[in-house]
This record gives sequence, structure tokens and C-alpha cells, in this order.
Amino acid sequence: MLLEPTTTTKTKTIKTEAKRVIYGLLLWGVAQGALAQHTLTVAAYPAVDEIVKSAIPAWKKLHPTVDIKVVSRQFVDHHTAMTTALSTSAYLPDVMVLEVGYLGRFAQGGGLEDLSRPPYDIKRFQTRFVPYAYQQATNRRGAVVAAPADIGPGTLLYRADILAKAGVSEAELTQSWDGYVAAGAKIKLATGANLLSHARDMKDIVIRSGILPGEGLYFDNQSNVLVTSPRFVRAFELARRVRQQKLDARVGTWTADWNEGFKRGTIATQMTGAWLAGHLNTWLAPNTKGSWRAAQLPEGAFAAYGGTFYSIPRGAAPERKQLAWEFIQLMTMNREIQVSAFKAQDAFPALLEIYDDSFFEQPIAFLGGQTARLGWRTAAKRITAVDVHKQDAFAEEVINTELDKVLDRGKDITIALADAQRLLQQRANR
Amino acid sequence: MKLPAILRLSPKAVPYVLLSPFVFLFLVFGLFPLLFSLYLAFQSWEPTSGLNSMSFVGFDNFVFALKDEWFWKSLKNTGWLALAAGVPQHLIAIPLAYFIHTSFRRLRNTVVGVYFMPYITSSVAIAILFSSLFSTDFGLINIGIKTLSAIPGMASLMPASPIDWMNDADNIKPAIAVLVFWRYVGFNVVLYLAALQTIPDDIYEAATMDGASRVQKFLYITLPSLKPMIFFAVTLSVIGGLQLFEEPFILTGGRGGSDQAGMTTAIYLYRMAFDFNDFGAASAMSWLLFIVIAALTLITNRAFRPRSSAST
Repeated sequence: MLLEPTTTTKTKTIKTEAKRVIYGLLLWGVAQGALAQHTLTVAAYPAVDEIVKSAIPAWKKLHPTVDIKVVSRQFVDHHTAMTTALSTSAYLPDVMVLEVGYLGRFAQGGGLEDLSRPPYDIKRFQTRFVPYAYQQATNRRGAVVAAPADIGPGTLLYRADILAKAGVSEAELTQSWDGYVAAGAKIKLATGANLLSHARDMKDIVIRSGILPGEGLYFDNQSNVLVTSPRFVRAFELARRVRQQKLDARVGTWTADWNEGFKRGTIATQMTGAWLAGHLNTWLAPNTKGSWRAAQLPEGAFAAYGGTFYSIPRGAAPERKQLAWEFIQLMTMNREIQVSAFKAQDAFPALLEIYDDSFFEQPIAFLGGQTARLGWRTAAKRITAVDVHKQDAFAEEVINTELDKVLDRGKDITIALADAQRLLQQRANR
Repeated sequence: MKLPAILRLSPKAVPYVLLSPFVFLFLVFGLFPLLFSLYLAFQSWEPTSGLNSMSFVGFDNFVFALKDEWFWKSLKNTGWLALAAGVPQHLIAIPLAYFIHTSFRRLRNTVVGVYFMPYITSSVAIAILFSSLFSTDFGLINIGIKTLSAIPGMASLMPASPIDWMNDADNIKPAIAVLVFWRYVGFNVVLYLAALQTIPDDIYEAATMDGASRVQKFLYITLPSLKPMIFFAVTLSVIGGLQLFEEPFILTGGRGGSDQAGMTTAIYLYRMAFDFNDFGAASAMSWLLFIVIAALTLITNRAFRPRSSAST
């Protein structure tokens, strides 16, 4: 008899406590919801994540109540995660940063917002961007799936001290591809240094020269395979000549041997994006400061090496898309942010209106005081965009494989390119 | 203190509740991907367009995979690596385990630990270490070869120029095989040591009384007694060998190396999906690989199954 009231009291207490907990949880949920409305998620990779973080104060001035959450992953992991997020439409960020190599692939699908349509209407800003970068963000259907932030104008970095020792001038190096190879032979003879890290680098540029309208790198707009065309034959022949004369170090980019080659001065030139000068200066070969110079690519070639773009996933939260677009505009069209990213991270701007900034005229100590940014600025304006095909990544792999067979096994170039053509035809329409 | 009745589990529910974490994880990370990949194998899918963009293509992906030269190339690579890395593992691990078993007493665990160490070391650390060992100009292996060739009389046996381990298609596979062998030999030693400890000492004593030599004891007592463990270990090697991914992936920078010489089937189907955006074909290939693994496991089973159970 005595027990019963006690149990009832206990039950009541438990019920009251439970109610409190439930209300508490509800309140917390509402608070989280409110908070979520004011947080913009940006998915990026190094060093774009740093650029985004450094732009947060500027963003806060415009939208004091909207936080920016940067989700950063390593380069490849980031793009794999974005592929997964787009494929499942789950955990999509509000703003997705994409590198140009992946942008082409992502643009083929329908997972990214078409920024040329209202309310974005990016076309009104088209003239503010470097033409080729804007074009890279435009897919075959005419949709503009991203806004360009930075670009990688191609350049020829060379060791001025090694060239001087070999008695080779910059003009000899850049006038023509034949001249470049001949200069390489002189350099090798006089100094023992290799002309370039891998013969493949040369092929990569030569196949990008002389692309006709309606053509991509490996396929035309009808998915016809182009790898037996003269530009591939010439690229393969030049690469073979480099290998036969033992002018390349036979090392791939970003390998330990490549790095050592720069440190020890066994690689005399490197065709690359302008940003490499920054990497050489900070960690690849800081000991070679002052020895490098930059020139335009040989034979008047202009090529792009990388680039960063901002996009909005179609499946992202609709209520934050307008904010996402404002954020993208800030990152891609704000003069201060573009200039500071250029200064801090060597992110060469895609925004034309800052091309008159005094920073372009400043000498670069690592390049022996050369005002190399002026040359890169010229290159940026002259690069043309190349049509992207969904099988480009596979085609690149096939072409590199056949080139290896030509270089290492002495395979005939015509047969090698015909084999590549056959393999690519099987995939062209998949 | 007793729990309130509401929180108490009925004895009938206990097994289900205790099993549920595993079942849940298995369903999410085991069964679902398995069934989803089977579903995908019959679809054409542009993944970045979302799940709605799938379209049914019947057996197209399987037909494509079977006609794909690179798929066959990757299968050949996988087979080569499984044999070159797998067979020596056992040929070395069995005598090594026997040697450790018979020759070490107090130091045995330390010695086993040393051999087992590569197995538990992170693949990334191993791959970084081996990348620098295999470096053409600055790697320890090539420096070792150069030092050896300086010894009078050795020069003719050694290559004249440094070996390009990671860029030459002929050298990639042996380099990967060495790494895989080094990594898993210790694991097999542990397996065989465990089996050796179950062989009764009296058999050896009887053999000693009969005048059997150490080699004879190994051949006529140890090896036959190890047969069930050999079956188990070889089965693990067959499955592991055919699913080989991590080591060649990291060593070749995720691309499979020059002429795809180090591209195993597991790497190829990963690349098909994530590099070449063809999830349908990648899924079809994964099921074809499953069929190959199942067939080879069956053959291993036939070859090593103990006689007694074979008759049942």
C-alpha cells in the first residue's frame, strides 16, 4: 500500500523529465535548423581551401549572419567525394570547387546548375573572364556549369645558368620545336643536364597545337577519333627524337626523381603552368632561386595547365543557392580577393579587369627578378579552349601507353597510333 | 540495481539486439554495395547526373568488358602477380616457419614479430618506402647494384645502366611482386607456425628413434601434417592475390604504370568507375572478377582438400 504512491510520484517525475528532454531536443533541432540556414558549405581542396578561408572576412562584411564552412579534402579525394555526392544527390555542398580536368567530365552530366540561366545569368559577366576559361566551363549543350577563379597559363621554365654554360639562348629554345630539341642536344653535351623531365611533356603540348574548330583533343564533336591526325604524328616523332638523343630524364611529374632532378639541376627546362614557379620556390627546389627564367612555350604554342572553377550542384539546398551564387561572384569577380589569392597562393587570376594590377609588373625573385607575370598574362589571353569529350581521360591514358611503347620498345608510330585509334573507337560512343 | 522493466530485454530479443550492430553494418557496407553493383552492371549511368540518369542496357556492359583488351590485360597482370608474389610466399614461409619452430626457443616470438611487422605496417608507408628504394637514380636498390658491379668479376653480371624500376613496363611487375612477397610472407609464417605447434612431438621422437634426418622429418612428417593449413593459406593467397589493389595502386601513383604493366583488375575497375566515369562497365568487370576468384578458389579446394574429407 505504501509503495504505490511512491511509484506514481516516480513515474510522474520521469514523465516530466522526459518532456523536458523532448522539448530540449526540439529546441536544439530548431536552433540547428536556423543555424543551418545561415551556413554555406564550400567543398574545396588545397590550396583553394586557403583562398576560401581568407575570403571569409570579406564575405562576413556582406552577410554577417551567414557562416562559411569549408570542407577540405585532398585533391583526388575531393573529386571522388564530389562524384559520389552528385551521383547520390546526398551531402552536396552549396558551393563545389572543381579543377578543370574534372570540370570537363562533370559538365557532361546534368548535376551542376546552368549558371547562364536566371537567376544567375553569368553571361552578363562573360567579358570579365579570360575567354578560354569561360569557354572551358561551357558544355556542348551551351550550359555554363561553373565560374572560373584561377587559371594556369602554360610557360617554359628554364635554367638560365645551365643554358649560359651550354651557350644556348632563349630564342634558340623557343623558336621552334626542332630548335628546342637541337638546343637540348647542345645542353646535354655541354652540361650533362637533361632537356626536360619526360618526352611525354613535349607530346602533351604538340598535340594541343593546331586543333581545328569543332575538334577536341582526341575526338571531334561527332565522337570521331582524331589520334592518327598529323598533330599526333608530329608529337610522337618529336618525343621519339628527344628519347633517341637521350635528352629526357625519363621521370614523371610529381615523383621523387622529378623533385631531385630540379634540386640537383639535372633538368634544364620544364613546360608547365605558371604556378610551378611558386612550387619550385617554396618546396620543390628553393635552392635554385635566381637560376630559373620563364619564356613562352616553343613555336608559339599556348596551352593551359589546370584551373579552378566554382559551381553550384543542382541538388543543393534551393534556399541557399542565391547565397551560393553571391559567394561565387565574390570569389571570382572581386578584385581584392583575386589579387590576394594571386599574391598568396600563385593563383593566376581568371578575372581580366585585374590584369592591369601593378602586381603583374613586379619582378619575381625566384626567376632572377624577371617580370614573368607579364608574359603569362599574354599567354592567358591567347589560349583557346578545347572541346571536352567524356572519354578524354581514357584517351589520354591510351595515347601515353602507345607513346611509351614507341619510346621504350621502338614501336612504329603509325602502328602505335592506329592501335590507339582502334581502342578509342570502341569507347567513343559509350 | 535492477533496470526498469521498460529497459529490460526479453531473453528472446537478446540475440537479435546483440547481433543487430553487425547485421546493420553488414547490410549497409556488405550486402547493399554487392546488390547495387549487380544492379549497376546492367545499367548505363552518367554518375554526376544523379541516380535518375540510369538506363537499363541488358548485358551490354558484360559484352563490352569481355571484348575490352585492357580488361584481359589486367587479368593477365593480376594472374602474373598472384603467381610471382604468391608462390614464393609459401615456398619460403613453410621452411622458414619450420626453421623458426625448431631453432628458436626464447627468441621465437621476437623473430616472428619481425617477420609479421610488414603485414601490420600501413600500405602507404610501405609504398613510400619502396618508391624511394626503387628510385632509378637515387634509390638504394640501384645504388646497391652499382656497388656490387664495382666488385671485380661482378660487373658482367650486373646491368650497365641503372634499372628503371617504376617506369619500364618490364620492371614494374617484378618490383610489385617483391613488395607483395615481402609484405605477406610473415603472415604465412605465422599461419604455418600455428599449424606446426599442433603436430605432436612424439611423431618426431619416433622418427628420430628410427634414424630419420631433419630433412626427412620435414618431408614426411611436417609437410603432410601441414596440408590443411597449406589449403587455408593458399586459398587466402589466391583471393588476396586476385584482389590485389593497394600496393600496385600506390606504387604506380594510382595509374597502373607504363603500358599498364602494374594494373591489376581491381585497379582497372576502380579506374573505370572513378577515372573513366563508367560505373556500369566497372560493376560488370567486378562480377566477372568474382567469377574468376570463385573458380580458382574451387580449383584450389580440389587440389588441396584433405583426402578424408574429399571422400565424404
